[in-house]
Amino acid sequence: MKKLSARRRHPLAALVVLLLALAATGGLYAALAPQKAVADDTQQSLAIEEGKKLFAVGCSSCHGMSGQGSSDGPSLVGVGSAAVDFQVGTGRMPAQQPGAQVPQKKVAYTQAEIDQLAAYIASLGPGPVTPSKEQTATTDASVARGGELFRTNCASCHNYQGKGGALTNGKYAPDLTGVSAKHMYEAMLTGPQNMPSFPDSTLTEDNKRDIIAYLQEVNSDDSVSPGGFSLGSLGPVTEGLFGWIFGLGALIFVAIWVAAHTTKAKKS
Amino acid sequence: MSEETLPSERDAHAGELAENPFADPGLPPHQPRRQDIDEKAARSSERTVALLFTLSMLATVAFIASYVIFPVDQNVYIWPIGWISALNFSLGMTLGVALFAIGAGAVHWARTLMSDVEMPAERHPIEAEPEVKAQVLADFGDGARESQLGRRKLIRNTMFGALALVPLSGVVLLRDLGPLPEDKLRHTLWAKGKLLINQNTNKPLRPEDVQIGSLTFAVPEGLEQEQEDYQEQIAKAALMIVRIAPENIKDKQAREWAHQGILAYSKICTHVGCPISLYEQQTHHVLCPCHQSTFDLSDGARVIFGPAGHALPQLRISVNDEGYLEALGDFAEPVGPSFWERG
Repeated sequence: MKKLSARRRHPLAALVVLLLALAATGGLYAALAPQKAVADDTQQSLAIEEGKKLFAVGCSSCHGMSGQGSSDGPSLVGVGSAAVDFQVGTGRMPAQQPGAQVPQKKVAYTQAEIDQLAAYIASLGPGPVTPSKEQTATTDASVARGGELFRTNCASCHNYQGKGGALTNGKYAPDLTGVSAKHMYEAMLTGPQNMPSFPDSTLTEDNKRDIIAYLQEVNSDDSVSPGGFSLGSLGPVTEGLFGWIFGLGALIFVAIWVAAHTTKAKKS
Repeated sequence: MSEETLPSERDAHAGELAENPFADPGLPPHQPRRQDIDEKAARSSERTVALLFTLSMLATVAFIASYVIFPVDQNVYIWPIGWISALNFSLGMTLGVALFAIGAGAVHWARTLMSDVEMPAERHPIEAEPEVKAQVLADFGDGARESQLGRRKLIRNTMFGALALVPLSGVVLLRDLGPLPEDKLRHTLWAKGKLLINQNTNKPLRPEDVQIGSLTFAVPEGLEQEQEDYQEQIAKAALMIVRIAPENIKDKQAREWAHQGILAYSKICTHVGCPISLYEQQTHHVLCPCHQSTFDLSDGARVIFGPAGHALPQLRISVNDEGYLEALGDFAEPVGPSFWERG
């Protein structure tokens, strides 16, 4: 050390220190930061590349070779990964045939393929992003507030318990029973088909989680139905039908049964 | 099947004509019941009826007991219904049994023990005898003469006047049914400068919050849920906000009253006032769930189907200095269903 200390005023000392510092910084940088970024970037561009291939085979006949849309399908520029994850993840896309509304059906792609398609569509233009697990977790959500929000924003079409309902010219609001939290979140975010969207600016992330928590509370297998038979939770129509057919039917049956049995000693 | 209609019986009397083919056959002979002959059976019936009435009493006691025992929020699993409120289930069950047992007991009593001997009751004309009618008319004439009603016209006329006016006091009291509506039907809480408050977040809306294809509900600034007349006010002021690209808005006035394509329409159907918000973002149609009235929001909320009489009123909006959406006044026409003096 003494030797080193003695040369600290050597004319080349500053140069040596500078070189050492540069080498250390560069070495550290090369060792840590960029490698991960490169890996991520490669993965992302690989996904986009794969997604583009899947898109060309499965979607481009309607949405155009680069997602610009055609007379048979809308442009996908700016719809975001959330829209892709919802439409393909619930089996609505690829569509089978044109019609009033594209129905939910068997999912045609694996989740990995859906993610690749979503990455490709997201690369076309900025749009709503597929929510993370944390974003759709309902552990801290308020069911009561969710019910209030659901009745204000959603119940007019989806019925007060999310059982769905009819719209104009063959369109309909689907039943929400058994729909995953992620897909409900994405539907609110993107507004698929004729459903209006409820962006975070007007319906916050917390609001969305509350709504999902409400639907999970009322529509799960062990949901409580305090009033007894829910009869499909469709409201007064099924309740009235049940009352008139089975309630009144039972009374008529009893009346006929009573009158059909004579009390006379001599049966004729 | 009666024996007379059997072929053998019919053929035996072939060619003979009965004296009166339509004669009243009369009642068949009375047949006794087992309980009428056998006292043991009668006592058994009595016991059954008493048992049913006792069951009803027990069920009523159980009803009161369940009301006391079960808390409102306790749920139980009952096959095949599933999870259900214990209180609702037990109250309904016990009351049902209590009422049914009374009915079943009464029916069993009437059928097995009360007399069932057939008793014909002849019909007779409801008109009174001529002598009775004549007597009544004569009595009435005597009364009219003796009261001098025909002669003293002043008494007759004032009496008629008094009798005609007396019901008016009842009619006047009907005024207490409520305050007159005055011009309440023509005005809402919206006024110039009132901010549009997002019903979900309770925060004022900015134009950039409202995206094309989205649907938002808004209430006027200053309307709080705790307010006494909240329901009354929201029923008129409820607003639905959509955004349509300005070039897609066909109606010129609607485009001018909007702010950069943000349209604010009354949420109250103009047919019978149902809240209406079944919005289809691709067709821009709004459907009313009550009677299927359909409005085209891209064309001034024109009625394109259903019984609604006129377009949804549009609220004229703009943006204030701080960048929030604000109303430029009240609705130009009354919101909701038509009424007599609406014009």
